[in-house]
Amino acid sequence: MKRAFCLFAFTLVLWNCSEDEVGYEPTPYQLEIPEIFADNIIAPIIPTTNPLTEEGVALGKRLFFDPILSDDGSMACASCHMPQSTFTDNLERSIGIDGLSGPRNSMPLFNLAWNYNERFNWDGKALSLETQAIEPVENPLELHSDWTEVIERLQNHPEYPELFRLAFKTSTISIELTTKSIAQFERTLISANSKFDRYSLGLTSLTPQELNGLDIFLREDKGDCFHCHGNPNNPLWTDNDFHNNGLDETFSDLGLGAVTGDPNDNGKFRTPSLRNLQFSPPYMHDGRFETLDEVIDFYSEGLQNSSTIDPLMKNVSQGGVQLSDSDKADLRAFLLTLSDPSFISNPDFQN
Amino acid sequence: MKRLLITLMIIASISYSCSDDDSRPSSANVNFVFSHTWDDVSIDNDNLNTINVTNENGELLDFTRIRYLISRFEFTNIEDGTSFLFNGYKFTDLSQTSTYNFSADNNTIPTGRYRLRFVWGFNEADNIDGAYLDLNSASWNWPAPLGGGYHFLQMDGQYNIDSTPSNYNFHNGTARFSENPPVYEQNFKVIDFYEIIEVNDNTSVEVIMNISEFFKNPHRWDLNILDTPLMPNYEAQKMMQDNVETVFSLGEITQN
Ligand code: HEC
Ligand code: HEC
Repeated sequence: MKRAFCLFAFTLVLWNCSEDEVGYEPTPYQLEIPEIFADNIIAPIIPTTNPLTEEGVALGKRLFFDPILSDDGSMACASCHMPQSTFTDNLERSIGIDGLSGPRNSMPLFNLAWNYNERFNWDGKALSLETQAIEPVENPLELHSDWTEVIERLQNHPEYPELFRLAFKTSTISIELTTKSIAQFERTLISANSKFDRYSLGLTSLTPQELNGLDIFLREDKGDCFHCHGNPNNPLWTDNDFHNNGLDETFSDLGLGAVTGDPNDNGKFRTPSLRNLQFSPPYMHDGRFETLDEVIDFYSEGLQNSSTIDPLMKNVSQGGVQLSDSDKADLRAFLLTLSDPSFISNPDFQN
Repeated sequence: MKRLLITLMIIASISYSCSDDDSRPSSANVNFVFSHTWDDVSIDNDNLNTINVTNENGELLDFTRIRYLISRFEFTNIEDGTSFLFNGYKFTDLSQTSTYNFSADNNTIPTGRYRLRFVWGFNEADNIDGAYLDLNSASWNWPAPLGGGYHFLQMDGQYNIDSTPSNYNFHNGTARFSENPPVYEQNFKVIDFYEIIEVNDNTSVEVIMNISEFFKNPHRWDLNILDTPLMPNYEAQKMMQDNVETVFSLGEITQN
C-alpha cells in the first residue's frame, strides 16, 4: 500500500515537471570513443552545461574556419590551427592579423576532451575550452577583434542567426553561445589511429627499430620519457601536467608561474602529446626546435639546470640521458609511429 | 501555483514515509583518513614543495611529488575471525587533498572489534598491466619491460640541496630479478596493524604515513649511491619493500 502511494506521488511529480515546451530540439551528437581510448583510459570530459549536438558542432566548425571572427576578415582560428598540420601552424611563433608574432608556438588541437584537468594553453591559463575560445578573438597578436563587433557581424549575417537557432534554440547570438559551439567542434577532433594504435589493437606490427625505440622511451636508465609523455596504456601520450623539462637556465616566459604566481612554477609548461609530431613542427612552447632530431639531442645532451627543473630529468650536469646515435635513431622511429595521417585527412575536419 | 503546493506537500510526505525506521546500529560505515608526516612534521599540499627535511643518512632533501597506491583494505573481526574486504584501491597524490580519504563502496560492516590490514601497492593477482583505467589515465603504469603493472610509489625531488643538488626518483613497483631471460618478482607488502579498532557506530580511521621511514628502517638509505635510476635496480626495489613495513601507523579512531 505504501509502495502504491509512493508510485502515485512520483507520477504526480513527473507530470508536474513536464508541462512546458514541446517542439524543436537539436539532435544529440554521438561522440564515438575510439576503441584504444575506451579500452585504456577514463571517459572524456563533456560539460553538462554544453552537451554536443549535431547542429552545435556544425556551427562551431563553420565559425572555426570563418575569418568573420577577425577584425579585418583576414584570419580565422584555422589560420593558426590548420587541419593539415594537425591543427597547429608551422611557424616558430604564431603571427596575428597585424603581422605581429606572439610569444608562443601555436598548439595542435586533438583529444582535447581528454585533458582531464581542463587546463588549456601552454601555461594552463584557460580553465575550459569555452573560456579558451574567448581570448584569441580579442588578443591583439591574434584575431585582434572586439567581441561586441563580432557578435554584431554574426547577428547581421544572412545565415548565422538561423544556425544559432538550430544549435541553441535562440537566434540571439552571444559570446557564450559562440564559444560553446566552437568548443563543441573542438571536442570532436579525435586522433586515435596511428600505426602504434593499430599495433596496440593487434592490427599491425612494429619494426625491430621501432620496438627498440619504445624500449628506450620506457627505460628509466635510457630515455625515461614515459613518466611525463604517457605509455602504451595511456594512449594520450601526455600527462597533461606541468613540468620544467630543462629548456632554459633563466626564463623569459614564466609559463605556469605567471598564472599561479608561485615561483616554484616558473618555467613549467604543459606536457604536449607526442601524437602527430610528424605534422606539427616546430616544437616546444616557443617553437625553438625545428626537427625531432634537435629535440632528441636536447634531451640527450642539451638540458639546462634551473631551480624548478623537474627531478625526472636525468644527468642534468652532463646535459641529459646520453643516448647513442643508434638509440636516438630508434627513439625517433618509435615517436613517428604515434602520428596519425587519417586525422589530418579526415573530411569531417576540413573546411 | 496550487498544483505546485500540492506537489511539494506530496514530495515531503514521500521522503517521510519512504525512509527507514531508526534503530540501534548493528552495522556501521568505516572510512579512512590519511595524514602524511616527516616524523613530527605534517606534510600536505601546502608545504609539499617547500619543506626541506633531513633523512637518516644526513642528506637535506625536498619533494616535487609524492604519489602512492594502497589496496585490499581488510577488517578482521578479532572475536570470530570473519573478515571484510573493502572494494577498490586508494591512489593518493599528496598535491591533492581530495585524494587523502578513502571510502569503499562496500564500507558498511557489522559493528564489532577489528584489526586492519592493507596491501602496499597491488598484490600479484591485482597488479595486472593496464587493467585500471583511472590509473592508466594518471600515467601510473610500471613499464612492461620491468614486469608491467603499476607503480606503488613515485617520490621525486632533490637531495644535497645545501651543497650540490641532485635529483632522486624513489619509485617502487615490480622488481626485475634478471633482464635476460626476464625474471620478475612481486614486490608488494601486506601491512598489518595490531591495534584493535572498535566499530560501534560509523567510524573514521586515521592512518599516518611517515615518509622518513622509507630512508631508515631496516635499511639506512644513502641517496648518494641510490638516487636514480632505481626502477630497474633489483636490490633497491627489495630494500624499498623492506622499508615500507614501518611507514604506516594508526592515528585517531573516531566514531560518530
Ligand atoms: C595568431 C594565431 C592564433 C589564432 C588566430 C588562434 N590561435 Fe589558438 N593558439 C595559438 C597559440 C599561440 C596558442 C598557445 C597559447 C598560449 O599558450 O598562450 C593557442 C592555443 C589554443 C588552444 C589550447 C590548446 C590546448 O591544448 O591547450 C585552443 C583550444 C585554441 N588555441 C583554439 C583557438 C580558437 C578556437 C581560435 C579562434 C577563436 C584560435 N585558437 C585562434 C595561436 C592562435
Ligand atoms: C619531466 C617531464 C618530461 C620528460 C621526462 C620528458 N618530457 Fe618531453 N616535454 C615535456 C614538457 C613539459 C614539454 C614542453 C616544454 C616546453 O615547451 O616548455 C615537452 C616537450 C617535448 C616535445 C615537443 C613536442 C611539441 O609538440 O612541441 C617532444 C618531441 C618531447 N617532449 C619528447 C620527449 C622525449 C623523447 C623524452 C624522453 C627522452 C621526453 N620528452 C621526456 C615534459 C617531459
